[in-house]
Amino acid sequence: MSLWFPRLASDRVLRAQPVDGPFALTLRQGNTERLYCLNPAGLRQGLTPGMPASDARAFCPDLQSRPAELSRDTRFLHALARWAGRYCPWVGLDGRDGLVLDVSGTVHLWGGQESAMIADMRQRLTRAGLAVRIGVADTRGAAWALAHYAEGIAPPGAASETLKPLPVEALRIEAKAALALQRLGVRSIGDLMALPRGTVSRRLGPGVLMRLDQALGARGEQVSPLAEPPHYGVRMTLPDPIGLSADVMAGAKRLLERLCARLKENEMGARVLCLTLRRVDQESQQVELRLARPLRDVARILPLFERGVGQVDAGYGIDLLRLEATQVEPLPTEQIAHMRGPEDGALEDLITRLGTRIGLENIQRFLPADSHIPERSFLIAPAAWSRAQGPWVALRPRPVQLFAPEPIGATGARPPRHFRWRRMALTTQRATGPERIAPEWWLEDDGWRRGLRDYWKVDTAQGRRLWLFHTPQDPGWFVQGEFA
Amino acid sequence: MTARLTDQFPPRRGRTHEVQGPGAIGFALALAGRLGGVVLWVMQGWQGRQLNPVGAAEYLDPQRLLIARTRDEAETLAVAEEALRAGAVTLVVMELTQPLGLTPGRRLQLAAETGRSTGLCLMPEGVGSNAAETRWYTAPVFDAADSTLMRWEITKNKSGTLAAWDVRWDAETHRVIVVSEAGERPGVAGAAG
Repeated sequence: MSLWFPRLASDRVLRAQPVDGPFALTLRQGNTERLYCLNPAGLRQGLTPGMPASDARAFCPDLQSRPAELSRDTRFLHALARWAGRYCPWVGLDGRDGLVLDVSGTVHLWGGQESAMIADMRQRLTRAGLAVRIGVADTRGAAWALAHYAEGIAPPGAASETLKPLPVEALRIEAKAALALQRLGVRSIGDLMALPRGTVSRRLGPGVLMRLDQALGARGEQVSPLAEPPHYGVRMTLPDPIGLSADVMAGAKRLLERLCARLKENEMGARVLCLTLRRVDQESQQVELRLARPLRDVARILPLFERGVGQVDAGYGIDLLRLEATQVEPLPTEQIAHMRGPEDGALEDLITRLGTRIGLENIQRFLPADSHIPERSFLIAPAAWSRAQGPWVALRPRPVQLFAPEPIGATGARPPRHFRWRRMALTTQRATGPERIAPEWWLEDDGWRRGLRDYWKVDTAQGRRLWLFHTPQDPGWFVQGEFA
Repeated sequence: MTARLTDQFPPRRGRTHEVQGPGAIGFALALAGRLGGVVLWVMQGWQGRQLNPVGAAEYLDPQRLLIARTRDEAETLAVAEEALRAGAVTLVVMELTQPLGLTPGRRLQLAAETGRSTGLCLMPEGVGSNAAETRWYTAPVFDAADSTLMRWEITKNKSGTLAAWDVRWDAETHRVIVVSEAGERPGVAGAAG
């Protein structure tokens, strides 16, 4: 059985946002925007896929268009393939906008009538807003031809009779070969079948006859089903409800063992785990665990659940536990080496535990950045998603803490002898500088609107060592940091 | 009174200490550089100021520095306690603004003892906790020859004497160098202000 979605891309977009009137998706090919997929209203206006978008707008001024997203179309087709698993387990993709199903073993579930199955399929797809054309035949090639050129069901053994009136393009041959055949006056498949095989293959290559044989069943063709994506979820139902957190942890341990075994098979590590606890009264509670590193080690993950499980209200008891790794990352197996310190894992576990308390993104580390601007000379990144980087090089003395520039009342190009900062009267004893730093003109930064900065390290008689700067282009003095 | 700084610094492991005064961040960085290992710095997230890792590189390798940003003081204490107890970091620095009660102070001590790691509270003057093992008052001092001079003074010590030193940080060897005992150097009383 072959399913063809003639307007898959536009149907997908219009499902989310219906549009009245002609609608098209455009795709940039080479240097021009071309129409990629049209809705029926657009087709009625005389537009065709492949037409330049500017021509189409001239034809049809009220055309609404949007850029096509091929990757999302592919994902949508995969979702449809999963949906088609309700009819038979053997579902494969067919090109960019089709599915191919091997229904030979499942038709009996519909009373032996393909038409019943097709009607159900068509009804469900139409309700979902998808246009579909369905062809059923003994071979994959014949089903494809029917879906694309003459919808219907070919009775068993009658593929050649059904295909005879169809045009040669229905054989999935290259456009060049189809054109050559038409020039020869061979318009339908019946005409092609009448020709002697030797001349056809000498003239057009073996491809045409291979497709013909596939359509007629003389040569086999397989439907390769999509691989099931591995599912990282396990569950456990209990005959009697439990309420003690030690019991819940014991249950979680058993689930975690099964989950980690599955993760290990696929060389994956869990990043986010979700433990769902369903109570007897159907209320369910979730414990989410976000890990600082992908993990699949039962002994390390289990203690991290303790805090979350302790906060769960068990009510009348819990009778179902479900553990799912909602986010997984590749984690190849590694050789255990003596070079790696054992405390490495302890630190990651600590980050995870603190992350459950204050949020994993609030535990940060510094990464070096390539900039002379003091506040941009480092990056702050969440520790769970970054690795420590170095080296850190300070070419000139830099303060240990930075704050937003605080103005002080002073004038002149040299640091003031006396000034007040944070309600303290300070006296400059030694000033080192200036160090001129120019703004990075290629980045817009409101803090650097005043232009150049001349930085001075000022040692005050009172002890404080401050980092001052003067802006010569728009005179003013500011304190931006403090040395230790 | 001839107390040596090496007896008191680095302060005792497995305890929580307190440091006050304008040189507190320098003291914490010097301690972190002296102890080695990973340092967790717990601070409240709303603060406008931040550590500058480029400047701090003189004291410790910023690769070993982790920052935890919390919402409020209670969260700071909870995070610090958990980190001290885990023992995965050698030093936990927490920035506090409110007076620390006896119970949270004692909890920090117990957590540090369990994890064998050192805790250090940076706090404003006059809000120390009775549970602290030692309390230091630190301030930068102006010196005509050197611009890293600091005065470190122990103002509370559960197991030793009180003393004060003028020290400077040697970036090459990552060591604190005692210039002289405070008060013995001529002119220092006037400069300390």
